[in-house]
Amino acid sequence: MAGVNRLPRGGRIDRAKPVSISFNGQTLSGYAGDTVASLLLANGIHLVGRSFKYHRPRGILSHGSDEPNALLSIDRGPGKIDPNNRATVAEARGGLVTASQNHWPSLNFDVGAINDRLSPIFVAGFYYKTFMWPRRFWDRVYEPNIRAAAGLGKSPDGPDADRYGNRHAHCDVLVVGAGPAGLAAALAASEGGKRIILADEQAEFGGSLLHDVTSTVDGTAAQDWAAQAIAMLKARENVTLLTRTTAFGYYNHNHVAMAERITDHLENAPDHLPRERLWQVRAGAVILATGSHERPLVFADNDRPGIMLAESIRAFVNRYAVAPGRRIVIATSGASAYRAAADAHAAGLAVTVVDIRLEADCGPEVAFVRQKGIDVLTSHTVIAATGRKRVTGLIVAPLGSEGRVGARRTLAADCVGMSGGWTPSVHLFSQSRGKLRFDDAIDAFVPGQSVQAERSAGAARGSYDLADCIADGFAAGDPLTARPRLAATPSLTGFQPVRILPTDADATRVRAFVDFQNDVTAKDIGLAVREGFESVEHVKRYTTTGMATDQGKTSNMNALGLMAGIQGKALPAVGTTTFRPPYTPVTFGTLVGPAKNALFDPARITPIHGWAKEHGAEFENVGLWKRAWYFPQGRETMHEAVARECKAVREGVGIFDASTLGKIEVVGPDAAEFMNRIYINAWTKLKPGACRYGLMLKEDGFIMDDGVVARLAEDRFHVTTTTGGAARVLQHMEDYLQTEWPDLRVFLTSITEQYAVIALQGPKAREVIAPLVSDIDLSGEAFPHMTVRTGFICGVPTRLFRVSFTGELGFEINVPSDHGRAVWEAIYERGRAFGITPYGTETMHVLRAERGFIIVGQETDGTVTPDDVGLGGMIAKAKPDFVGKRSLARPDIVAAGRKQLIGLVTDDPSLVLDEGAQIIDDRHRPVPIKALGHVTSSYWSAACGRSIALALVAGGRERMGETLYVTTPDSFAAARVTAPVFFDEKGARVHA
Amino acid sequence: MLLIPCPYCGERPELEFRCGGEAHIARAADPSAVDDGAWSEFLFSRGNPKGLYAERWNHAHGCQRWFNAIRDTASDRFVESYKMGEKRPLPGGE
Amino acid sequence: MRRFSLRTLIAEAFNAHQGWERQWRNPEPKPAYDVIIVGAGGHGLATAFYLASEHGVTNVAVIEKGWLGGGNTGRNTTIIRSNYLYDESAGLYEHAVKLWEGLSQALNYNVMYSQRGVLMLAHNVHDVQSFKRHVYANRLQGIDNEWLTPEQAKAFCPPLNISRDLRYPVLGGALQRRGGVARHDAVAWGYARAADALGVDIIQNCEVTGFRRNASGAVEAVETSRGTIKAKRVGVVAAGHTSVILARAGLRMPLESFPLQALVSEPVKPVFPCVVMSNAVHAYISQSDKGELVIGAGTDQYVSYSQQGGLHVPMHALDAICELFPQFSRMRMLRSWGGIVDVTPDRSPIIGKTAVPGLFVNCGWGTGGFKATPGSGHVFAHTLATGEPHPLNAPFTLDRFRTGRLIDEAAAAAVTH
Repeated sequence: MAGVNRLPRGGRIDRAKPVSISFNGQTLSGYAGDTVASLLLANGIHLVGRSFKYHRPRGILSHGSDEPNALLSIDRGPGKIDPNNRATVAEARGGLVTASQNHWPSLNFDVGAINDRLSPIFVAGFYYKTFMWPRRFWDRVYEPNIRAAAGLGKSPDGPDADRYGNRHAHCDVLVVGAGPAGLAAALAASEGGKRIILADEQAEFGGSLLHDVTSTVDGTAAQDWAAQAIAMLKARENVTLLTRTTAFGYYNHNHVAMAERITDHLENAPDHLPRERLWQVRAGAVILATGSHERPLVFADNDRPGIMLAESIRAFVNRYAVAPGRRIVIATSGASAYRAAADAHAAGLAVTVVDIRLEADCGPEVAFVRQKGIDVLTSHTVIAATGRKRVTGLIVAPLGSEGRVGARRTLAADCVGMSGGWTPSVHLFSQSRGKLRFDDAIDAFVPGQSVQAERSAGAARGSYDLADCIADGFAAGDPLTARPRLAATPSLTGFQPVRILPTDADATRVRAFVDFQNDVTAKDIGLAVREGFESVEHVKRYTTTGMATDQGKTSNMNALGLMAGIQGKALPAVGTTTFRPPYTPVTFGTLVGPAKNALFDPARITPIHGWAKEHGAEFENVGLWKRAWYFPQGRETMHEAVARECKAVREGVGIFDASTLGKIEVVGPDAAEFMNRIYINAWTKLKPGACRYGLMLKEDGFIMDDGVVARLAEDRFHVTTTTGGAARVLQHMEDYLQTEWPDLRVFLTSITEQYAVIALQGPKAREVIAPLVSDIDLSGEAFPHMTVRTGFICGVPTRLFRVSFTGELGFEINVPSDHGRAVWEAIYERGRAFGITPYGTETMHVLRAERGFIIVGQETDGTVTPDDVGLGGMIAKAKPDFVGKRSLARPDIVAAGRKQLIGLVTDDPSLVLDEGAQIIDDRHRPVPIKALGHVTSSYWSAACGRSIALALVAGGRERMGETLYVTTPDSFAAARVTAPVFFDEKGARVHA
Repeated sequence: MLLIPCPYCGERPELEFRCGGEAHIARAADPSAVDDGAWSEFLFSRGNPKGLYAERWNHAHGCQRWFNAIRDTASDRFVESYKMGEKRPLPGGE
Repeated sequence: MRRFSLRTLIAEAFNAHQGWERQWRNPEPKPAYDVIIVGAGGHGLATAFYLASEHGVTNVAVIEKGWLGGGNTGRNTTIIRSNYLYDESAGLYEHAVKLWEGLSQALNYNVMYSQRGVLMLAHNVHDVQSFKRHVYANRLQGIDNEWLTPEQAKAFCPPLNISRDLRYPVLGGALQRRGGVARHDAVAWGYARAADALGVDIIQNCEVTGFRRNASGAVEAVETSRGTIKAKRVGVVAAGHTSVILARAGLRMPLESFPLQALVSEPVKPVFPCVVMSNAVHAYISQSDKGELVIGAGTDQYVSYSQQGGLHVPMHALDAICELFPQFSRMRMLRSWGGIVDVTPDRSPIIGKTAVPGLFVNCGWGTGGFKATPGSGHVFAHTLATGEPHPLNAPFTLDRFRTGRLIDEAAAAAVTH
């Protein structure tokens, strides 16, 4: 038998499969089917952690996902260690290395426990009232110390060795929770062939029935009924069953997110399995059969290890065959705990029941356990627990009339079960934005009006009786078919709400915990209310109650009740907090899924990418694209490579991959009219075969995008856009076409990926392609600058543009993408004799800057008009309207002093200014200095033999020849204002 | 994630769509005739109500069509969607 | 007002903390006030505090539909910085940072302004240019902001992954050392307590239902769920609900209200020493005093008042976080939530007059309002007290949308705040 407290019989553990785990360096044994919590308890270990604020010793409070205390660090191997695992959820399996948290030097002796001694000072919100002097001490002294004391476990410090999956699913009905109500709902819903998903957070379906060994359903043992139900569901092809799957978020329009845990419980998990999987389910209807949470009782030192929820005692005894104590006292204000008492007693454990209620207010449960020989003290209160690292007893006292507290006596105990009633788990309902309703009869908020296609069933809507739960599940699963009610053992239900147990001690000194993990006591709540924090949200935030990793599952109702009591209000008048996703914490990994590394954002690559890679290109990210940035040879720096590439283009020929440029075909009888309205330019008179540089604005008048447009036919334009702007431009065009001008007969088609674009630039460009091109006369007369021809290159159909963004004779060769690399290689092969040089985006930037061509997004930033960059002349004056035209007439757009594009040459020709550097006219002014503008582009220009820069400067065109000052990393540099063109000022070379 | 009723394709997840803001803001036939105040209203002023709102959507990763929809901005529930050029349904009409 | 200090705290420890007073009263509305502020978030409460403390205007009510500090003040990721590009914005936010630096003392309430440094990461050549532009602009403005190489960024923030193999490798960063985070709730509570002590009435659970105007069209009273309250001037500081409230005065605003989501992890021991923002990959992260990683996600794309957005938005934020900090993959999301942010066309606020005489507005802070809280309140108090803008908020008029003098930080930097 594994563990001193393992019961000899019973439980759902597999005694044939022993497992051992390590806890704080100690090796402990248990069985498959154990949770870490049940295994620890089986080995007599209750002390498993230290609390957040006071570092009080803490034990295991619950048996499920609502656990606030038993949070462990778990190490499952290299790269697989993480903090804050609930021991009550983590399944025990071989190889687990677990450790308690938040203590130094050890769990048993924790220096931080000094905080507990200082608790009279460290009350709720104490930090708002002090640590303010001296002022600089907050950052340097107080805060680092507060931070060091806070936090629970330690963050992992290396990469995650696990993978995570992601799945989308649709179903007719999603049933959350596979307890009696959920199983019944799934059975009923799936009968007619609808697609059903049934998900439950536990390792096994069955919910509360997993620890119910006495009830019967329909004449058979409840666990057998559940097993049959599960078998039936398994046999139905239309049902998907998901264990270890927590529905954690209920979003808009029945979008439910679930986390499935797949390998954590496996000792030797196959490599192909992800650790966890995110399910995003879009459900026709959702049935929430999420059960309920038991409430702790609030009395002095109710947090001592060994004190747990009464139902959890029942679960440990019945499901895990563990005796959480040998001498158990159950303190309760309701009936359900009597079942726990009876079951513990049946397992041979000594049990006493202390009930707050008057004997007359109790039901048949008292007689039921008394006849088994269990002592029941009704009308008794619990004054306090004794013991520190393990409970040793409960101090109880009889309650007289008018709440008078009688003589104390101590009941020895090594385990205490407490039950303050039940709270339906309405978290997902609340997330679905359904309105909660307070039900006085069960002292709880229950689902009221649904907002989405959703229905709660069973205990989740406050129906605690087993037969009721099943009937409710049937009705939820199939509202149209009346099913016979199944008989079941009546559940022991009903409780008397009690917010804090009556005591004869000084109530202002009693430390009775409401929120265990965050160390919030009843008097903290009193303090908050006294200080004027009246709303639930205020009290929650001021005291931090309900804000721990359990999100207040066990504490919320007690906190609300206390607030209501202090303020003399009815509980519903206090209201409830909003429940936020996730229901239980979800790993980031699950939410990230496969979206990491290369899949973080899939890269777009051109047909020539592979060639560039093989030829040593460095790449830069532009939007989603990978673009060749420069092609270093040998040990060249970027600077050297770019200088070489620039020289090659100016003197010989360079080849550049321009495939990423956006390309859109604008086609139709009204294509020219459409272009007129979208661009600032005039298009009507552009002849087929001609190209024009086009500029488009947003409706606010600022430059949006630019690019060369070729008119292929009267009714067909080949539009190019910037690399990053392609999708935006198409969207913009479609928007206007569909919504403003639906009468225009125009079709827009993205052809970005249909064409590879090879830019061949330099004086020798024509010579290089001449023998490769057919059906096109390449002569300057027949094929001048800014025209387009169609024909063939290397036998491949091409749209051949004679255009230049470098200021040299040049072509942009559009070929179908599939032929892109072959054509590129053919040109490159042919060009070798001419010294053809591949160049990247950086060289392209330098060459165009030498000629003063703008780049949208570099010279412009969303606040720049055509006139600002000297392109006002492109505006077709005769056009009555185009997108953005009206905005150009606004007062501050036509006002003097706007920033204008100019050139800057530094006094020191070797100094290359920083892009983004600020420009002023008097370097001796004191800070703050108003800047005149900034440097937009700046390069070393090999062709000019000096540095060059473009800048936007207030009233810049009026400043020609002025000396301005530009910020450098540690000073200013003098520079002279020039026209924004530095090379071939007349632009003659393109016509070569 | 919203489930958005495209009038051409039916309900599709929000990831396929791009929201285009308030619907039925008419662009003047002759913007030059509009004064600066009215032009700025057109460009920038929005109803932004808490309640029913007519807004533009583009089924960008689907049929590429723009359409209008009425949605309750308090609950995010869609009441109706309709094609561009169709009249806005009566307020609150379902 | 009973002063907060270690001495009073210890004294109360011996008194079982029975002697603490209410931090603010819960008054009935008076029939009339000199100034009514609509909205008891940080900005509104700060406005009231500075009206009373700097301008001697104490006959002030702050009316609030729900609970004070219950809106965006308590729902943001608490990032504070002032390294904005344009002089107008930088001036306003720097004014706020200077007030932040003495705020705990000024309010006698520890708002825990932690100057941990805000590091903004550059991931592409465009980012580098943009951030250098900011660094240089800030130098001329007298605002600290420095450029860091990837290695320097890693030294400042050791968890940062600066591998060149990242999909979007870190190419450097701009660091404002005086930036940081503060305890958001404490800001609202601290201002509320201090304003209340100066005589300001904070009236919670009081919804504005309309505005009453006199014969000349000027606002003369506010109609509320608790009756009509007269006022000489009214300032609306209602963040995401500004459009809704001003619609009751017949105004249509250049605003859209979007859900903005954020999340926290389970608390862990100190692991993250600063604030990191990455606009290119949309990740904003810091660690709270409690130990939670506080992570900002983006806005959803549609107008909504539901305070709930889609899961894909925080998922995307976490993709980016785990890209930059892969060791956090096994951390867990503890809680996620949404706020409602009111966004202007140029992403800069509107602080000043409306078309209705006597009715003023302070709105449009978008995703970046928390950091401005003290400065915003300070200049708006000046505006309400004098009827004219403070020089720092003079550029932030409603009229700029007519004239075209936008203050477009986002367009200039491809930056969300």
